[in-house]
This record gives sequence, structure tokens and C-alpha cells, in this order.
Amino acid sequence: MTGKNVWIASFAAVVMIAIVVLLAGSPSVTADDQSSAANAEVKIDNFSFGPQTLTVPVGSTVTWTNRDDIPHTSVSTDGLFKSKVMDTDEKFSYTFTKAGTYPYFCSIHPKMTGQVMVK
Amino acid sequence: MPDKKQDLIDQTLQDLNNDGVDRRGFLKCMAWAGTGLVWTMSGGIPMSRAFAKTADRSAGKGGDFSFVQISDSHIGFNKPANPDVTATLQTAINKINAMSHKPDFIIHTGDLSQLSKPGEFDTLDQALKGASAKQIYFVPGEHDMLNDNGEQYLQRYGKGTKGTGWYSFDHKGVHFVGLVNVANLKAGGMGSLGHEQLEWLEDDLKGRSASTPIVLFAHIPLWTIYPEWGWGTDDSEQALSYVKRFGSVTVLNGHIHQIMQKIEGKVSFHTAMSTAFPQPAPGTAPSAGPMKVPADQLQQVLGITDVNYVVSGRSLAIVDSPLGA
Repeated sequence: MTGKNVWIASFAAVVMIAIVVLLAGSPSVTADDQSSAANAEVKIDNFSFGPQTLTVPVGSTVTWTNRDDIPHTSVSTDGLFKSKVMDTDEKFSYTFTKAGTYPYFCSIHPKMTGQVMVK
Repeated sequence: MPDKKQDLIDQTLQDLNNDGVDRRGFLKCMAWAGTGLVWTMSGGIPMSRAFAKTADRSAGKGGDFSFVQISDSHIGFNKPANPDVTATLQTAINKINAMSHKPDFIIHTGDLSQLSKPGEFDTLDQALKGASAKQIYFVPGEHDMLNDNGEQYLQRYGKGTKGTGWYSFDHKGVHFVGLVNVANLKAGGMGSLGHEQLEWLEDDLKGRSASTPIVLFAHIPLWTIYPEWGWGTDDSEQALSYVKRFGSVTVLNGHIHQIMQKIEGKVSFHTAMSTAFPQPAPGTAPSAGPMKVPADQLQQVLGITDVNYVVSGRSLAIVDSPLGA
């Protein structure tokens, strides 16, 4: 390589490294951040919550959708949230503003349990 | 001796069906053709008689009477398993009205409505107005307690009841107790009676002669049928301990939308069919939800239960009949 080319290559390398370092530190591009702005979903079907354990970042809104042919509810065992009855295709949403583990169940069919883990 | 007696009971129950199919197989076989079966306990040994013969009870002995149990009408349900639950309820009522002996009253063991909506309760009431028996006793199912902790249910059917709707009454010497095991359910649990109701029950039964026939009725089965699907009551053991001393105890439940029976000593347990839709046998489907059957077979898996009390008998005779052949 010529001296000039070497210089350009080195400069480009430094710039690229710098960009990578900057990007790595910035929250705006990593995959994790994608979901803290978006909703997470729990599908209710066959008398069960899917996924039974859902992990989301703080600030997420979780939406339960009932796909079963029987009504269900989503009720926090710690009294933090309590949905109205959801008939087929009805939904309920709750936004988790604090980190923690939030167990819940269906108050109509209490054997149906799930939890949301907020990190 | 207990073994010989059990063999006789098993043999008799087997013979009753004449085709070697057991009670659970009955639903699958569906060749019942609408006839009912009476079995009574006489001196501790069950005997069967064809329904048609015992239907002639014109020589009733004073204290004899009968009542009908219906369950799980789910007014408001409209999915493929039964798009018209009001129609099948009406069929059940017509069947009650067509019985040759008029029942003294009807007991509805819960899940009157699908979503606890006022309109659903209204429709039920309207249909029941046409029943030959004007006195109807209710206990709520979990579907009757939605959104308002059973406020709507209590307003309509809770007169004279305590707590979440429990109560007792006497009829021609038989003591009936309506229990509520669908309120304040705990995560991961099954049905639940609760401390207050259990205390009330103990008190209610205190001092009654052990020869008083007892009938307990509640929505969720008071014996453990299938815990994975919540088919049982967490604290029923305590309730059953209070009735242990009585000579004849009958437990009538609903919730599972199929017939299951068990005899344990002097206690007979029975769950009724629904008038709305059937549910699968334990563990035979991914969940306990409504089970779709071919439309022309729907009437065979829905039904009513005729319960007969004969003064000389030790127990109540329970006859299940499907809505149609």
C-alpha cells in the first residue's frame, strides 16, 4: 500500500472502532431496548397462560388476549391488578413500572397461574 | 364381608346397563335411547329397576317426594359446542314438565349464566317460569361471580342466604344445605368453602338427629375428581366430617358437565350433566373446556337428574336422563 492509502486505512479503522465503541455504549441500537418500548403479549388458550413465565424490561406493557372459548381473568396475587372478565378475543393490559416478580392467576379457574418477571 | 358386598354392588351396577358398559363408557357409547335408571339402597344393597316401572308412583307413601337437579345452564354461551343454550335449557324444562311424577322443587347447582350478565339471568328466570315446579333453589357457579363478586347473583337469588350465598332448608324431613365453593378462590387452588361457611355448616348440623337424611349441594364437586383441572374442593374434607355421623348423605354437584358418582360409606356423591354443553372426561383432552360433539348427538350428552326420596329407603334414588335419544 502507498503511504496515503495506509493512512486512509488506519483512519477508517480508527473511525470504525470509535463508532463501534460509541454504539456499544448507546442504548439506542441494542436488541434489548427494542422491547422496553414495545408491548409484550400473553395468549390465553386451553385454560393456560402462554408463556406461563414472561420476562420483560421495566416500563413494559403486557397485554393478555383470551383465545379460549371460555372467559378468563388475569388477577395479581398481590392485588396489583385485576382484569375484568375477558370473553373470547377480549384483552387486558397492565404496565409494569417497577422491577420484580408478579405472580397472577385466573380468578375463575384458579389452577391457571402465570408470572411476569420485570427486570 | 365387605368384599362380597362390593362384588355384588359392582355386579349389579354392571348388569344394570345390560351391555357391560360402565357409567363412564355410557357417554361414549351413547346408545342409551333416553331411558333412565333408578338405583336405590335397600338394607345397604343397591337394586336397580327400570325407570318406566318406578315412574308409576301413584301409591306414594306420604313422606315420599322427588325433586330435580339441573346444572350448568351457562345462559349467554354461544360457541360451536352449543350455539343455543337457551333452547337446550328449554328442552330440559320440557322434560321436567313431562315427568309422570311432579317434582316438589328444582335445584340448580350453578353456572346459571356464562358471564354474570343481567340479561343472562333474566333469560334463565324467564325460561324457568315455565317449569312445573315453581320453587327453585340455586347455588352459584364461578361464572355467576364475575366482575362483581357475585353481587348480581345475590341480589336475584340470595334472599335468606348468608355470606356468599349459603343456606339450608328442610323439606318433608330431609335437610338440604346449599353451599358456595366458588368465591374467594386462591391461586393454584380448587374450589373453596372457607372458614366462615364451614363454621356455619358445623353449627347448622349440630343437634340434628343422625337419622335425618342430608342433602348437600354445591357447584364444584365436594370430592376430588381431577385436581389438574380444579375438579375438587380444597377444604371439603372438613365439611364432610360434619356429616359423617348421619345415616344418609347425598352430595349433588355440577361444574364438570358429566355424570360421575361415588359411594363412600353412607355418603353418595353425584355430579350432573349440563343443560348447555358437555366437557371431556378427566385427562382426555388438553383442557376442561366445552367439548364439541356431532349436532345430532348433543341431546344425548346433556341432561337432568331426577332424585327420589322414599321414606322407607335409606338413601335417595338418583336417576339421570339425557335430554334426547
